[in-house]
Parts: sequence; structure tokens; C-alpha cells
Amino acid sequence: MTGFTETGNGAVPQVKTVLDFKDQLGTLRARSGIARNQYKLNPGLYCVGSPTPESPVLVTANYKLSFDALRKELTDLAVWILVIDTRGINVWCAAGKGTFSANEIALQVQRAGLEKIVSHRELILPQFAASGVAAYQLKKKCGFKAIFGPLRAKDIPQFLQNSNKADEKMRTVTFSFSERLVLVPVEIVLVWKFFVLITVISFAISGIGQEIYSLQTMLTRGLVAGGATFSAIFAGALLMPILLPWLPGRQFWFKGAVVGAFSGLAYVLTIMTGAGIVEKAGIWFWIVAASSYMAMNFTGATPFTSLSGVEKEMRKGLPAQLICTIAGLCLWITAPFLG
Amino acid sequence: MKDFRYIDGAAILTLNKEACIGCGMCVTVCPHRIFALQDKKAKIVDLNACMECGACATNCPTEAIFVNPDNGCGCASMIINSWISKVRGKQVNVCSC
Ligand code: SF4
Ligand code: SF4
Repeated sequence: MTGFTETGNGAVPQVKTVLDFKDQLGTLRARSGIARNQYKLNPGLYCVGSPTPESPVLVTANYKLSFDALRKELTDLAVWILVIDTRGINVWCAAGKGTFSANEIALQVQRAGLEKIVSHRELILPQFAASGVAAYQLKKKCGFKAIFGPLRAKDIPQFLQNSNKADEKMRTVTFSFSERLVLVPVEIVLVWKFFVLITVISFAISGIGQEIYSLQTMLTRGLVAGGATFSAIFAGALLMPILLPWLPGRQFWFKGAVVGAFSGLAYVLTIMTGAGIVEKAGIWFWIVAASSYMAMNFTGATPFTSLSGVEKEMRKGLPAQLICTIAGLCLWITAPFLG
Repeated sequence: MKDFRYIDGAAILTLNKEACIGCGMCVTVCPHRIFALQDKKAKIVDLNACMECGACATNCPTEAIFVNPDNGCGCASMIINSWISKVRGKQVNVCSC
């Protein structure tokens, strides 16, 4: 915050358009999933620069990352920002869940006394809010007309300059390399519990051998199995999102299996040099299965997969993953008895 | 989006041309540019690119558009949870985002 702007309805906090160290740190924490759901700010009216009653009003969610992504694009502009209460969830997910709604916007418009602050009756909403907000209802609810702005905050200056017109490019969703990369940490944090559990189990079953149960084999083989799970997560949750456009097929479980097959091969050839073929095959199957599952979960984070499509691919993907897991497990358990 | 295509023939999206008044909202809000206006009526131009976000249906003033109403972001674990909740007949909080 840099100060206040006096208005027809009291003082409105003015915010900076440059993110400082604390903001960057917070972004990092939120992106890594550590504090993902607690990163809120107070709903209400804010401003950048020194807006007048004629200045446009931009609406966003009270997730700090959404707010930061917006304000950092507003350098040298004078606009109002109406932050609505989405319980700290970003615009896209909040619209899907129904918390970024016409009702909520109307509520915040009234609470801020917006009609006393601005002379016009227009709100600029992010296009990504459209699945939650019916523009034609907003007018009835609060007297303000909804205009859908561009998808990406970086296009807002140009949108405003073009007298609130977005071109096709601004309205079309993208899924670039960097847009994919920022999603990776959250995907990994979401599965860490699963990873710990699987590792404990794999240590336990790795100890089964010819001497009934040996601590020594449990440690050495358990480490190999744990490493395999780790490399499967690496393949399915990092390599697959990065390589997404270049991987064969359209279904994510298949793309994940392909990355898993190569990563698995690399793993058994470099880490397991001393092991037998049965053991290697067991680990390879497991890496393929786990990588495929991780990749299938990534559908939830992409902006182009339909729910119907995901259900469809899961009917093929899940059985394939299950078969590979069982094959891997059988090979892994029987291997010590064959050598 | 031209660089990313998902499974063909999966998306559930229908348009009732009779009800359409040609306001163009669906054309504006769709992040995949699925609709176009032709002779004052909306037209679906690329059905297979639809991600079922529901933005068009929500914003159609005459309810001329139908999109798969199952809500959620569409991640695998959410679908598994919803399958489990269907089997057990209980509603669970299905999404983690
Ligand atoms: S559901 Fe979403 S992606 Fe599909 S046509 Fe409607 S707005 Fe476009
Ligand atoms: S939003 Fe509805 S009424 Fe308007 S053009 Fe689209 S289908 Fe027709």
C-alpha cells in the first residue's frame, strides 16, 4: 500500500504496481503449495494511481496471487480494483465453484458504495470469471453492467486503450511453457503424502526374500523401489507437463506412460546395473504405471481438457495403470526367489 | 487452442438455435473460440475443442446452450472421488483446488 485516495465515499487504499520482496516470497510459498489456501486479502475497493470517478473498475478475486498478477500489469494507469470474496481462491477455480458470482460482486459493489465513487456503471471482469458470472444478471442485481475483459492480466492496458475491446488473441486461452511450469510444484505437493505411504509400503515388501525377511535386503531394495517412485513422479508430474505438446497421443495417461517408459528405462539402466532382468522389469512396470497416473491427474490443471474427456480416458488409463502396477509388484516380489 | 487438442467426440455441448437471439455473449466469453455468429445466430465451429467450462451456458440469456453440468476442474483424483461417492451414495468434497 502506498496511501489513500479520497473519494465520494471515504478513503480507498492505493496499492503499488511493483511487487516487492515480500510479495515475491509469498508468491513462491503459494505456488509451492505450502500456503496455497491461506493467501487471502481483504475484499473491498482498492486503487492504483489516482483514479477519478470516470476511471474504470476492474474486478478480481481475493486470492493474493490473482490480485498481484493484476496490479503488476497496471503501471502508469489509474484504475479502481474491486476485490470480491472468493475465500482466497483464484478467479478460474472460484468461478467454477460458484464463489466468483454475480451475487458476490453485487454485495461488494454495495459494501464499497461504488455508485458514490464512480460516475459510470460498468465493471470489467476477467474473462475467466464467465463460467461463474452471468453478465445479464449482474445488471439486475447491482445496476452495474459487466464487461468481460481479456483472459490475461497483461493485456489489460491494451484492452483499456482499445476502449474495452479484446481481440481474438486476448480471448483465446494459451498453455505456454511457463504457464505449464508454474503448475508443477502444486501437483507434486498434492502427492507427497501418497509418495511417503508408497515408499513405506515398498520398503516393507522389499524385505521379503529367501531368508524370510532380511533387514539388509529391505534397506537396499527398498531404496531402489523408493527411488523408482521418485523418478516416476519426476516423469509424470514434471517431464510430462513440460513435454506435453510433443508427446504422442492425446490422452494424458498415455503421454504419461510414454514418459514413464523412457524414464523407467533410464532408471533401470543407470541405477540398477547389478540387478537381474526380473527385478528390472518389475521396477520398469511400476515407473510406467505411477508416471501414467501422475500425468492423468495433470488434466485437472490444464485449460483444455473437458470433464467428459477425462472420464473417458480414465476408463482406459486406470485399468492399464492397475495392470502395470500388479505386474510390477509380482515381478518385484518374486525376483529374490529366482536369483 | 491450436497447439493443444484433447480427445475428439467427448465434450457435451449443444446449441438450441431456435432459442438463440444472437446476442453474441457465447462468442465473447469462450476461451476456446468455439462459437461464431452467422446470420444473427450462434454457431458451433469447433465442438471438439470445448473444455466444458460452462462460460457460454452461464452467460446465455435465453438458455440456448447446454454444457455437461458436472462441476469441477476435471482432475483424475476428483473423478475417482466422485465415482466413490456415487457408489457409496454420499456426497463428498471432491475437489482439492
Ligand atoms: S463450455 Fe467453455 S469451452 Fe466449451 S464452448 Fe462453452 S465457453 Fe467454450
Ligand atoms: S449467448 Fe445464447 S442467445 Fe446469445 S448468441 Fe449465444 S446462444 Fe445465442
